[in-house]
Amino acid sequence: MKALRALLKRYWTVLRRPSVHYSLGTLTLGGFVAGIIFWGGFNTALEVTNTEAFCISCHEMEANVYAEMKETIHYSNRSGVRATCPDCHVPHQWTDKIARKMQASKEVWGKIFGTINTREKFLDKRRELAEHEWARLKANDSLECRNCHAFDYMDFTRQSPRAAQFHSTALAAGEATCIDCHKGIAHKLPDMRGVPGW
Amino acid sequence: MNYRLLPIVLLATFGLAVAAETGTATRAPNAQPEIDFPLDAPAPDGRRPGGTITHEFTPPKLQDDENKDVRRERNYPEQPPTIPHSIRGYHVDINGNKCLACHSRANSSKAQAPMISITHYTDRDGQTLAAVAPRRYFCTQCHVPQQDVKPLVENNFQNIDVLLQHELPQDRQ
Ligand code: HEC
Ligand code: HEC
Ligand code: HEC
Ligand code: HEC
Ligand code: HEC
Repeated sequence: MKALRALLKRYWTVLRRPSVHYSLGTLTLGGFVAGIIFWGGFNTALEVTNTEAFCISCHEMEANVYAEMKETIHYSNRSGVRATCPDCHVPHQWTDKIARKMQASKEVWGKIFGTINTREKFLDKRRELAEHEWARLKANDSLECRNCHAFDYMDFTRQSPRAAQFHSTALAAGEATCIDCHKGIAHKLPDMRGVPGW
Repeated sequence: MNYRLLPIVLLATFGLAVAAETGTATRAPNAQPEIDFPLDAPAPDGRRPGGTITHEFTPPKLQDDENKDVRRERNYPEQPPTIPHSIRGYHVDINGNKCLACHSRANSSKAQAPMISITHYTDRDGQTLAAVAPRRYFCTQCHVPQQDVKPLVENNFQNIDVLLQHELPQDRQ
């Protein structure tokens, strides 16, 4: 214990002592470079965790939501454009992204300590998880959908009459946003009792 | 005391006899196989005319469901109408029924979709229920979307109007 204290003290004095050998310039530059490296590393880590491969490296995600998504239009379609998990679940703006990531850390906690480690537990929690996503998409006016589906470029004449009718009224007027009408487009749904519109 | 075992012994004997009989029947050395098809039997004409059982055809291309939103004629009044729109990705399961989001009594005005008729609210005892009757819950049991393809099997169905026309006495025409 004493030895440890002595060690720490020694480092502390080294840290506190003004530099003798390096100029302020070198130190500043070094700090700058190190900063870039750390920042880059942070962002790389962010990027890695922002891929679908990362999302489904977790068995719960692969066996439940990913398996379900494979049947949907966002996984396979004639034009081959795909939506991956982060496309719909991670905001593009940096501040929003960090906020979502911090939220996600809680989910990783859940993973490690087995809050949701079976299909049954997943189904039990599903309504709650889905409601978080609905609330998020409702609050940001379905921003993630709009990153790919821009309302301004929707050609109603090319849409089915039913789609055009809804999009040109409720959506255009801002009374409803994508998620209000398009729940369950990527996964199976939880128990929908009491959800408005169902 | 021993009489108690008698039924069991009898049953066992009987079972053995039955087993032995079928045993000999299947193992009979000169029994003819009942069906004598070569491996490549002709398939019934119809869905795949001209083919044989082992013959592989290239399946026809998948088509999109017709999505014109125009209600189709029904061939008879009790016919479940075919679905005039795409239903891709609609969930109908224990958790929810997407169809009812537009076709239920409460939602049909918002969606401007035809309300499921009274028969969908009636159970088998003729009771009208508050919500869709369980026997009508799985819509695609009866209602299906359509594709614009050549029919696989020809159909010469005639509706009642045509039939009545034929029934009319010639002199009254
Ligand atoms: C990565 C881009 C991307 C994102 C993000 C995205 N989509 Fe899509 N979406 C597509 C593509 C690509 C198609 C298929 C187009 C095609 O080939 O018909 C599609 C198709 C659809 C369809 C048509 C389904 C059908 O059966 O015809 C709906 C509805 C839809 N998306 C809603 C949404 C909603 C709601 C969101 C947000 C939760 C969303 N999309 C997010 C790319 C995306
Ligand atoms: C008021 C309800 C409503 C809102 C809000 C809404 N949609 Fe739709 N959308 C529909 C309906 C109804 C259809 C047609 C049937 C279907 O595919 O479910 C449709 C169809 C679509 C299609 C397929 C087009 C086609 O011709 O079949 C896409 C893509 C789509 N919506 C994307 C979006 C996006 C993106 C948003 C948000 C910007 C959005 N929708 C908001 C009701 C809505
Ligand atoms: C096209 C957009 C889209 C894509 C792609 C997508 N999701 Fe989702 N996800 C949603 C929406 C919308 C919800 C909210 C519930 C609902 O409506 O189904 C949701 C809900 C969830 C939930 C909460 C539980 C639930 O099912 O409601 C999880 C977990 C989830 N998604 C994981 C994933 C993973 C993992 C992937 C990649 C394999 C993925 N999602 C891809 C749109 C998407
Ligand atoms: C977004 C709202 C919406 C949803 C969801 C929907 N429908 Fe419809 N449906 C309509 C509308 C509107 C019509 C009227 C014709 C048209 O515009 O397509 C219709 C017409 C029909 C008809 C034809 C009725 C007739 O008298 O010819 C049937 C059958 C039908 N739908 C069945 C279904 C089934 C089954 C489902 C679920 C798999 C479903 N619908 C989901 C809106 C919807
Ligand atoms: C057991 C078969 C059966 C099932 C299941 C069923 N229907 Fe029907 N449906 C019918 C028949 C038969 C008719 C036409 C006669 C009638 O109205 O009862 C019909 C009529 C309709 C009509 C037209 C009503 C009108 O007044 O024009 C709609 C819309 C419809 N069904 C939607 C649905 C929806 C949505 C579901 C699922 C919740 C469903 N049906 C389930 C048999 C069924």
